[in-house]
Amino acid sequence: MEKEIICTVCPTGCVMHVVGTETLIESIEGYTCPRGKKYGEYEFLAPVRILTSTVKSNEGRLIPCRSKNPLPKGKVLDCMEVLRGVTVTLPIKRGDVIVADILGTGIDIVATGE
Amino acid sequence: MKTDVLVIGAGAVGTAITRELSKYNLNVICVEKREDVGGDCSKSNSAIIHTGYDASPGSLESELVVSANPAYDQLCADLDIPFSRIGAILPAITDEQFAKLPEIKEKAMKNKVYDVEYLTREQLLQMEPELNKDVKGGLYIPRESIIDPFLFVVAMAENAVANGATFMLSTEVTGIKTENGKICGAETTAGYIEADYIINAAGLFCDDVAAMVGKNDYYVNPRKGQFYILDKNTSCKVNHIVLPIPTKLTKGKLMCPTIHGNMLVGPTAEDLTDKYDKSTTKEGLDSIREDVSKLIPNVRLGDTITQYSGLRANRNPEGLHIDTYEDLYGYVNLSGVRSTGLTNSISVGSYVAMLLKNMGLDMVWKENFISKRKGISRFHELSREEQDRLIKENPLYGNIVCRCETITEGEIVDAIHAPIPARSVDAIKRRLRAGMGRCQGGFCGPKVLEILARELNCETSDICKNNAKSYMICGKVK
Amino acid sequence: MYEITCDVAIVGGGPAGLAAAAAAKKEGTEKVIIIERDETLGGILQQCIHPGFGLKLFKEELTGPEYYGRFVDKVKELGVETLMNSMVLEIEKNTVVCMNKEHGITNVNTKSIVLAMGCRERTRANIMIPGTRPAGIYTAGSAQRLMNRQNEMVGKKVVILGSGDIGMIMARRMTLEGAEVVAVVELNNFLAGLTRNKVQCLDDFGIPLLLSHTITNIKGNDRVEGVVVSKVDEATKKVIAGSEQFFECDTLLLSVGLIPENELTRKAEIEISSITNGPVVNQYMQTSIPSVFACGNVVHVNDLVDNVSTESAIAGASAAKFAKGELGGGEEISVKTGENVRYVCPQRVVGGGGKVDFYFRVMAPKGQSVIAAKDGDKVLCSRKTIKVNPGEIEKITVDLGGVREIVIESREA
Repeated sequence: MEKEIICTVCPTGCVMHVVGTETLIESIEGYTCPRGKKYGEYEFLAPVRILTSTVKSNEGRLIPCRSKNPLPKGKVLDCMEVLRGVTVTLPIKRGDVIVADILGTGIDIVATGE
Repeated sequence: MKTDVLVIGAGAVGTAITRELSKYNLNVICVEKREDVGGDCSKSNSAIIHTGYDASPGSLESELVVSANPAYDQLCADLDIPFSRIGAILPAITDEQFAKLPEIKEKAMKNKVYDVEYLTREQLLQMEPELNKDVKGGLYIPRESIIDPFLFVVAMAENAVANGATFMLSTEVTGIKTENGKICGAETTAGYIEADYIINAAGLFCDDVAAMVGKNDYYVNPRKGQFYILDKNTSCKVNHIVLPIPTKLTKGKLMCPTIHGNMLVGPTAEDLTDKYDKSTTKEGLDSIREDVSKLIPNVRLGDTITQYSGLRANRNPEGLHIDTYEDLYGYVNLSGVRSTGLTNSISVGSYVAMLLKNMGLDMVWKENFISKRKGISRFHELSREEQDRLIKENPLYGNIVCRCETITEGEIVDAIHAPIPARSVDAIKRRLRAGMGRCQGGFCGPKVLEILARELNCETSDICKNNAKSYMICGKVK
Repeated sequence: MYEITCDVAIVGGGPAGLAAAAAAKKEGTEKVIIIERDETLGGILQQCIHPGFGLKLFKEELTGPEYYGRFVDKVKELGVETLMNSMVLEIEKNTVVCMNKEHGITNVNTKSIVLAMGCRERTRANIMIPGTRPAGIYTAGSAQRLMNRQNEMVGKKVVILGSGDIGMIMARRMTLEGAEVVAVVELNNFLAGLTRNKVQCLDDFGIPLLLSHTITNIKGNDRVEGVVVSKVDEATKKVIAGSEQFFECDTLLLSVGLIPENELTRKAEIEISSITNGPVVNQYMQTSIPSVFACGNVVHVNDLVDNVSTESAIAGASAAKFAKGELGGGEEISVKTGENVRYVCPQRVVGGGGKVDFYFRVMAPKGQSVIAAKDGDKVLCSRKTIKVNPGEIEKITVDLGGVREIVIESREA
């Protein structure tokens, strides 16, 4: 397997070429800093994303929320499905857990607004 | 449903007729297929009240325009709408154009527009510093004026309602019933309306209505006009209606201030077959740039806040016609109402009233006719003291929704509950100019949508931009 | 009419206003008031529920609401006062005239003013797309507000014009909520927004980005039915005849740039730069009216909110010093743009020594470049960069000691 990965660590946007298998990196080229190299490796083996969305509240108003930490990229759409069915009861504070350990990822969905 | 007179179409002409008839003890219904008054042509034009200086001398159109113009000062004061006699100039840039001036002045005299004057190059450049410096001389038509065409129609309609007339919006006529050479009534999408008299003021679609009674000895060929509206802050402005010298082919493209202080530039004149084609085109917009910059070289079309196109209901064969028929008692057919239609709408109103009287309709003047109409308070035009008082009276005036044009929630709510109610985003925009500023509704659009849904007690997905199928929102996110 | 007196009045409670207010209060002024037209503080960040904020300032990735939340907590703690639901109608040297439902017309009498009104989006008319005028054409920011604050879904099948950050972020947002984003169309042959957003908002979802393309027609009488997308020549930006493709969609989002919101500034006859469309400022973020300061997107459209906060803190602190009569003046030095630099902010500096951060945007994307500040032939300072891009703001810090003129340039190495 090989992939072109555009680094997003800084605005430079280095293009990396990574070759490997699902669990192993055979070669990585094109990075210009150690942080970039690490990003390239993660992005190849286990890409993650912060998920942000909104959930409905009992007053109808939307509450913005996020995954506290980055989620596996492949789970993002499934997590969106979970959030579609959630209604939170107000009042709610920034940082309050809305869904704990979403889809067994070990990551909480928390409120980002009030 | 039963009425004495049924007017088809709530454009400027249909509305003016309805208002005129509301001066008499009659039942009058005006039906309009769109969601709002203001029709098609009546709201997308150059917004000028003409003098008739360039009409065809001796024609019905000439008589109607020339007699209508002087009435506007009082009428607009009565209807509480802005009107300004800024005057028009016709600058001649080329020798060929200069040579044409006497002919144009002579025609004005034949139309009894005696106040048209010659202007020297110096006078012209003093009046319009942005004019092409090559200008050789020109003409001044002092009584050419500007108006808000849409507010004019709304104001007339509201005044007609105050005097007992009924407007049925989103109601389309699908057929007309006659019996023994006499009008009986009309089938509409809101049911059958029995009427002794029917007036076809359907503008762009007047040939389709005429066909319902077999009086379509003509057809409408829509003539598209594209326009630019420029930001109030544009650096190159004119003070008068700056008209080009017409050629054999076209009246040409003008530049003038709007009553609200924007600059209007256009229109094109393109013959079409599709009555629904109101798109703008690159070619059309480019041709405006090319032509107008000959008159006003520094015009800044980059300061455009919107572009639109309107369709004139050009008649084929040409000419304004107001027809009655010996073999069809009770029917009045209007056709060939074009760019002068806005101006002559009011004289057409009295002309049609006269025709109805001649046909035998008993026209008793209402002694209690209400001539004055009060519009919605325009918050931004008030002094700070008056604004303060208004907010204290109604706190909704304390919430500005459209920040480009300084329009308050109070005004929007008033428009939604006015005698001719605003029920769509565009209907609000046309009445109040919310969303007509430089952000074009970017900020206020979402708020106007919320206010409309709240006041009309419906879902936001039921709110339309204008017509029934122009939905804004396709459901809830969550 | 209602009268209020304060030391520093701040127009706008978005990220710029919040940072300015906190800094003004920290500088030791008694009474700082934020005048905000919305019912809540936070400005545009309230609808920016996506992450990507605070990486520079807080060294962590925050969402919009989290970012402004920190500032709201801070201004509350510091005792900044607020005048909510209040629209400013005009400003004078020492007065801000505003209005609200509660007090009606309100005069805020103040020693100094900070303008922090933010910016607005360019519209369809600004870029002159011909065609019909149906429902379903939104600026990306309006659509974002509708979706994230008002719970309204604007469409199901979307084309986005412009590869600005808001456009790309809305591409992801709409996709996550079940809409189909057909394409993002960009006139230039380079991305307008941040690379990170292309990766995470477009590539992640397989949304095509069409560079050197534009929309040449809009179809549909009632609701958008589709758009015509044409290829443009990379150099001239002229449409290539015969390259038209029809994309069926019910919604068109426009992400075609932002313009500083300077209606009040213009009315007050403050000098405005024709390039940034914002007030001309010095290093204190002071405008041509000495008691009036400005910061954030009202001055120039920023790429990162972190930069806005930094710049606004300078404006707030300077406004506070001015209120106390402590803001120094001095000889004016002009700041000029050199090679490949579109604008520099601040546009001028006053007084002798001290270090000043200059923020600027380049004209065209270039590879390895040397960014430099010069006084005549003398290089005041310079640094190398791997590449420059008009979508990203660059910064250079200059020590003003003995400098007579400053020219900032970005020369390809």
